[in-house]
Amino acid sequence: MKRSIYLLALAFGVSSAYAQETISPAGPQDKPVYLTNAVIHVGNGQVIENGTIAFAKGKITAVGAGVSAPGDATVLDMKGQHVYPGIIAPDTKLGLVEFESVRATIDAREVGEINPSIRSIISYNTDSKVINTLRSNGILLAQVTPEGGVISGTSSVVQLDAWNWEDAAYKTDNGLHFFMPRLVNFGSGRGFRGPQAKDPVKEGQEQVEKVRVFFREAKAYLAENKHAATNIKFEAMRKLFNREQKLFIHCELVKEMLIAIDFAKEFNMEVVIVGGADSWQIADLLKQNNIAVVLAQPHSLPLMQDDDIDQPYKTAAQLQKAGVLFCLSNEGFWQQRNLGYEAGTASTFGLSREEALSAVTLNAAKILGIDKVAGSLETGKDANIAVSNGDMLDMKSSVITRAFIQGREINLDNKQHQLYEKYQQKYSIK
Amino acid sequence: MKRAFEKPGRALLSRGVAYALNRHRSKLLVFSLLLAGSYAHAQETYPVNGIADPKEGCFAFTHATIVKDAQTTLSDATLVIRDGKIVAAGPGTAIPKDAVVVDCKGKYIYPSFVDIFSNYGLAEPKRTSGGWNAPPQFLSNTKGAYGWNQAIKSEVNAVDLFNTDDTKAASLREAGFGTVATQQTDGVARGTAALVTLASDKENKVIIREKVAAGYSFDKGSSTQNYPNSQMGYIALLRQTYLDAQWYKSQPAKEGVNLSLQAWNANQQLPQIFEVKDKWDALRADKIGDEFGVQYIIKAGGNEYQRIAEVAATKATFILPLNFPGAIDVEDPNDARFVSLAEMKHWEMAPSQPAAFEKANIPFCLTAADLKDVKSFLSGVRKAIEYGLSEQKALEALTKTPATTLKVYDKVGSLEAGKLANFLITSGPVFKENTLILQNWVQGNRYLVKQDGWNDIRGIYTVTLSPGSSITVEVKGTSSAPLLSVLQKDTIPGRIDINGKLVTLSLPLVKNGRSSVRLSGLIGDNGWSGTGVDTTGANVRWNAVFARTAPVKADSAKKNNRADIGALYYPFNGYGWDKLPQQQDILIKNVTVWTNETAGKLENTDVLVRAGKIAQIGKNLSAGNARVIDGTGKHLSAGIIDEHSHIAISNGVNESSQAVTAEVRIGDVLNPDDVNIYRQLSGGVTASHLLHGSANPIGGQSQLIKMRWGQDAEGLKVTNWDPFIKFALGENVKQSNWGERNTVRFPQTRMGVEQVYVDAFTRARDYEKQGANKRRDLELDALVEILNAKRFITCHSYVQSEINMLMHVADSFHFRVNTFTHILEGYKVADKMKAHGAGAGTFADWWAYKMEVQDAIPYNAAIMHKVGVVTAINSDDAEMARRLNQEAGKTVRYGGVPEEEALKMVTLNPARLLHVDNRMGSVKVGKDADLVLWSDNPLSIYAKAEKTIVDGIVEFDRDYDLQLRQRIAAERNRLIQKLLGEKKKGTPTQKAAFTPDEMYHCEDLQGGHQEGLGLTTGAGF
Repeated sequence: MKRSIYLLALAFGVSSAYAQETISPAGPQDKPVYLTNAVIHVGNGQVIENGTIAFAKGKITAVGAGVSAPGDATVLDMKGQHVYPGIIAPDTKLGLVEFESVRATIDAREVGEINPSIRSIISYNTDSKVINTLRSNGILLAQVTPEGGVISGTSSVVQLDAWNWEDAAYKTDNGLHFFMPRLVNFGSGRGFRGPQAKDPVKEGQEQVEKVRVFFREAKAYLAENKHAATNIKFEAMRKLFNREQKLFIHCELVKEMLIAIDFAKEFNMEVVIVGGADSWQIADLLKQNNIAVVLAQPHSLPLMQDDDIDQPYKTAAQLQKAGVLFCLSNEGFWQQRNLGYEAGTASTFGLSREEALSAVTLNAAKILGIDKVAGSLETGKDANIAVSNGDMLDMKSSVITRAFIQGREINLDNKQHQLYEKYQQKYSIK
Repeated sequence: MKRAFEKPGRALLSRGVAYALNRHRSKLLVFSLLLAGSYAHAQETYPVNGIADPKEGCFAFTHATIVKDAQTTLSDATLVIRDGKIVAAGPGTAIPKDAVVVDCKGKYIYPSFVDIFSNYGLAEPKRTSGGWNAPPQFLSNTKGAYGWNQAIKSEVNAVDLFNTDDTKAASLREAGFGTVATQQTDGVARGTAALVTLASDKENKVIIREKVAAGYSFDKGSSTQNYPNSQMGYIALLRQTYLDAQWYKSQPAKEGVNLSLQAWNANQQLPQIFEVKDKWDALRADKIGDEFGVQYIIKAGGNEYQRIAEVAATKATFILPLNFPGAIDVEDPNDARFVSLAEMKHWEMAPSQPAAFEKANIPFCLTAADLKDVKSFLSGVRKAIEYGLSEQKALEALTKTPATTLKVYDKVGSLEAGKLANFLITSGPVFKENTLILQNWVQGNRYLVKQDGWNDIRGIYTVTLSPGSSITVEVKGTSSAPLLSVLQKDTIPGRIDINGKLVTLSLPLVKNGRSSVRLSGLIGDNGWSGTGVDTTGANVRWNAVFARTAPVKADSAKKNNRADIGALYYPFNGYGWDKLPQQQDILIKNVTVWTNETAGKLENTDVLVRAGKIAQIGKNLSAGNARVIDGTGKHLSAGIIDEHSHIAISNGVNESSQAVTAEVRIGDVLNPDDVNIYRQLSGGVTASHLLHGSANPIGGQSQLIKMRWGQDAEGLKVTNWDPFIKFALGENVKQSNWGERNTVRFPQTRMGVEQVYVDAFTRARDYEKQGANKRRDLELDALVEILNAKRFITCHSYVQSEINMLMHVADSFHFRVNTFTHILEGYKVADKMKAHGAGAGTFADWWAYKMEVQDAIPYNAAIMHKVGVVTAINSDDAEMARRLNQEAGKTVRYGGVPEEEALKMVTLNPARLLHVDNRMGSVKVGKDADLVLWSDNPLSIYAKAEKTIVDGIVEFDRDYDLQLRQRIAAERNRLIQKLLGEKKKGTPTQKAAFTPDEMYHCEDLQGGHQEGLGLTTGAGF
């Protein structure tokens, strides 16, 4: 028995030398940093060839071609490198799920239909092994989103270099999430498992109606300050009605999006559509009604077999053309590391390179309500910066060499890279 | 005994009621009375309660138009029947003295229809247990000395289960049927069908032949046993049963008595009917038949017209149902969006199926099976005729063809002496729109169908009052719903009631007048007559004489529905071809060629394709007659080969019911209609290795296909290819994530997985040594092939321990594991894999989707590659397969693989893993012309496949794709307008519903899933 404990300890000792437990969050930025001779992609469409970006105490202090560094600053020559705003991953289960198939590691779905008081930030696990694999691909912020029931709760934006969730919180409770039922009839055809509603469109609308009634009741409740019985669910709606929070409505099809627009009108809220697979069909209406879209990943199959084979690839460009504010998202959590490549594909199919960049940086910041401090490399904003050897949106050339969150240079190592090094040693390969 | 007495009595009563209700001419009433007994001889073994009433039932039907068979129509002819059989039919036939004569002037007589595919008189089989939450069931629940699989019900005989069913018989008779072959449609082997008539009589009398056919299907029906739970499993089960039955003939002592196999063997003498649900299944069934020397009669699914050439090549006789799809409500454009073009086209074209069969000279029968309501049968036939089927062929398909197919043409199917007196009396040519079936005689028994149709009461009559004047009236409608009007200067509506032979008339003589002439009387053979009162109240006598037929308004000409039907596509999909493309010579000029050979990347180079092969690579090649494609600024690579895919598969990717299912074959269940073939061509994929899923340690045999869009299943297959089989390790096979009820199947641990292999290969080795008379076991045959390096393994695997284990098992049985697929911890044992000689097909960067991928790293491919393992990047996913080039690009990002080596991971390396690198995987003279023209460096996110060439055929062309989109839009619009027209006309419509595509991942157990609408039931790989 003693022997086995000893062996276990030994094994632990050996592996911990490689475990990501040694990757600590960085301390506050102590000295001004100047990244010079870089190709700076500002995130708002602007590109500065051979430019300098300076930041101090976590904030960007200067961006441009003719910025010179004072003597006490750290100057890093970025010749040949591209400097980008950190990518922002909206609508993700990052930190809420560790292994998709292992129930104990899943903290993304609460029971109950209407749960506005549920807060994702509480479950956000800063020690998830997944987080570091995102940072090394330039993803520095994420909107952690709960997904159970119809009103699943509030998301929060986190920065990906933190000791604990309080530390990670970048903008807490930035949005309430409404998962609209699917308003389409399904044939009796193959492909679906489990029982189906007799009339899913009718039943779906009944659910939507419940939400509408709940909203009306909440609004009425909040109009009166004194209540004998406090209703936590209604209380949780206060920020939404004050427009401090946005309503993220997860829906894909035209009828669903029309309902989303209707919600925005009735309750005078800032509504964001999440998913929006068919948003290209009503881009003009979305624009007219100032509805933003967190667009589902371009790397999807077309909804219907008759759809243009590249429809999901080009939806972003169609929204861009119509002037709709949109950003790109990716499913899941570990998948977020490919978000930049999703933007790359959107660019192949119609967006300009810089528009594609905005779709995962500045536009996302605007939609998540953090554009005053994040999303682009502009003076006064947080220094959330990713530096790449080549085009960050193309996997062939994207190698992130440095990254900064709020001016702190973060460790780009991760569990996977450590395993890589471990086995490079085993096989003596480079 | 009691029952035997009761039943004829009940029949008597019911006919008595029929008599009472009869509203017909006196002559007919007499017949009805006579019909109290059956005209076929009574059963002699049955005692009689009362006075014996023997009858010979001799009738002569005179002056009829007799359609003896589809080829022979006799006018003014006589049909004579006696004792339930036909005595004679012809123009000069002598009428026996004892015959009751029925004047059939103006009527038509046809042989009644034969339905070759019916379950008349049989109870619906019930599923007794099982269901979603039941624990696995490994063996049959059927009690008795039967076989191991509950879906093989060859011992079931319809004749044992048959009970006459008056209600159903009546509805079938109304549709024109007189005889059916009835079988219990339950199971993969369904036992035998019985030939029965639709007479409402004792079972003993209506059964014409006890066993007339044997039935089969790809549906286990009421079986609660797990095996098979996939289409390929059904096929494997059929194959193995053929072999087992053959073996059983030698009476193997080990097997004991197996009544299922015994019956199977006996049933082989009969016509073999195979029921399928669609065109590909029809071809699959025929192929099984070919393997065992059986020509099935195939009951079609309804979409066979889409592949009529292949269907004709089966040489099978088909049974065509007429359950044409209903119109779809596409009024709401947002709903219409979810109805596929293929579905709308099928709605439009399905009624042309019988015509297509006729045109292709494929013998076929028509059946009323699958109709929601058998009443719609005749309108279905008429619709088929409207869509091009000839009336003659329709009749043949309902008479002679089913009768000859069942080898009972000596009994039914035409009006010839000696055959059963099964015939229809109709008001006109049977398939004409307004023709009524008046009577349906079965075995010499008369059954009235449209009683009031016999006498056409319509016409203009002169009513003479005595004393009084003459009044002209017009009678319309039928005797059960007559209408009358008095014809004067104005047409004045009157009243008429007919009750049997009694008639009541009310004739107003003045428009809006209050008083009428009221008459009561009889409808006699020579006119109507009776008593009444005139408008003054004075008594009158009256008679009415038929004057002339009323002028008929010309029917609005039936629109010819054939003319405006759209074209067939190959495959039947919006992106299908109008006509299959042909190989052409192609010269791609001035392009950057990624050769994957020692030459490396060649700039400004030409590649000439001739006869489907790469003919020449060089500078300034001359085009000759070749089509020239300018490659300036573009890149040319070998086509992408996906080592791990599950597209284009029908009805199940996993036969998950057993731990070892080496007998099932993906090649049996290819689905060439899958739009993902086309979508992946647009991503540069030219070949794809379609694998069984990962639900069991030894899964099924895989199939390598080329992306030959529009070809049939055989056309997709790569021939002369080393066959492969799918193995799987880890969580899926030990059912870690299958829920709590799945803790029964062995194995549940990785320890058990090893023993499954040791056991399987030990059995295979022993089996191989057995003598000549061994029972052939298709599962073990496949394993023996592995042992002899004639079949190769691609094994789903994740963690290092299990990878190590399988290599040890392989070593101990002296074979090699060809490929580990997924292999996300391959980097931990790359040295061992190299030593063993195993290759790897992996994901570029997937992880965290389950416990066993916690150590998966995106550097995996790079490490394995650097250690010297042949490494490929694969998809296992219909979406990712469209951009495998990007996934290869990730190996540059993670681990710094040189670009040309990275591209090889989706081209040459999978070709090597699949043993086809001698003809695919690189741009080399002599290899297959499977090429992709890229807009950019193929590893770049910005690269688009502009043209994808397979065997020298441009299967995908981005410019042509734009044209296809326009064609889809135009064709959709045309069909939507047509459907809207149907709705406007008042045709009942069904709700527009989302048409899902069938899609699979490794772990999908039965149904696939639709991605993109949030309906995925959990990722699983």
